[in-house]
Amino acid sequence: MDPAGAIPASRSPAAELRGGALALAPLLVGVAPFGVIYGVVALQSGIPPAAAMAMSSVVFAGSSQFLLAQLAGLGAPGVVMVASVALVNLRHALYSASVASALEHLPRRWKAILAYLLTDEAYAAAVARLGEDGENRHWFLLGAGLTLWSGWQVSTAAGILLGASLPRELPLDFALPLTFIAIVVPMIRSRGALVAAAVAAGAALLCAGWPYQLGLLAAAVAGIVVGWLVARWGTGT
Amino acid sequence: MGDGNVSLWLVMVAGGLVTFLTRLSFIAAEGRIAVPRWFRAMLPFVPVATLTALVVPALLRPGGTWDVSVGNPRLIAGIVAVVVAAVSRNVLLTIVIGFAVFLVLHWVL
Repeated sequence: MDPAGAIPASRSPAAELRGGALALAPLLVGVAPFGVIYGVVALQSGIPPAAAMAMSSVVFAGSSQFLLAQLAGLGAPGVVMVASVALVNLRHALYSASVASALEHLPRRWKAILAYLLTDEAYAAAVARLGEDGENRHWFLLGAGLTLWSGWQVSTAAGILLGASLPRELPLDFALPLTFIAIVVPMIRSRGALVAAAVAAGAALLCAGWPYQLGLLAAAVAGIVVGWLVARWGTGT
Repeated sequence: MGDGNVSLWLVMVAGGLVTFLTRLSFIAAEGRIAVPRWFRAMLPFVPVATLTALVVPALLRPGGTWDVSVGNPRLIAGIVAVVVAAVSRNVLLTIVIGFAVFLVLHWVL
């Protein structure tokens, strides 16, 4: 891979596309296992294989898909499921704001396609290139986005095939909370994050009896707000 | 069951639309709108709070009833997974060790 600074400003669309694909490729090592695990646990939650597969292109957001699988297994109502997805995906608005000026000149169709492909990984792989000059740099984001999209579809399909062949008595549903633990624990690196997790945990237990899994949303919002207040208080702003 | 599948597809399409519109938001606004500072400051806490709120009841209230005991394999394996995640910061290792502990306890207890 070229170091970011060595990329000439005016590269062809094909060169940008290839550059984006190459920048994203290493991230597939981390993404593919998630795709496989998602496929396995989606079936375990009672989602039919066709729906589990379609979700990877219709929703196309890893943490939201895990969340939907978990909530489908719990029998949560649709409104709560969609609201949870909206909450978990709020961070994408930040990516959207971050790349907006680099994509300002593009026609609407381009903006729609690139927005659809704007995942955590594609953003991470392309953000440095988008901050530089280059009239074709949006092709870089397209290359990164399409590479991740393809990898996600293939790994999901592998997980669905694997899940269908595993014995039903294997309690695979527990892979979901384990996946969330593996994602969350390394995120707790500040006092604010620790408080957010503790408040969310306590509130989730207190509100566990609420109907329609509304306790989950209430606990998440409580954790977010209290964590934010603690962080604000700590920095004195 | 048929109804459940119809609503699942509806939820999926709605969830996909919400995700797409979130990603499109500021791109479509062409950078004219700045992200409010409080909104930006709250975002880091969203995944931590949401996922923790999902995990903790799954460990302490499996199947919807309290089970705070050493005879609860989900609780014990979950605690082991938290320790493994904190020490290794490795996603796959956390899942593999956590699941192995869970399976052993699940079959022994």
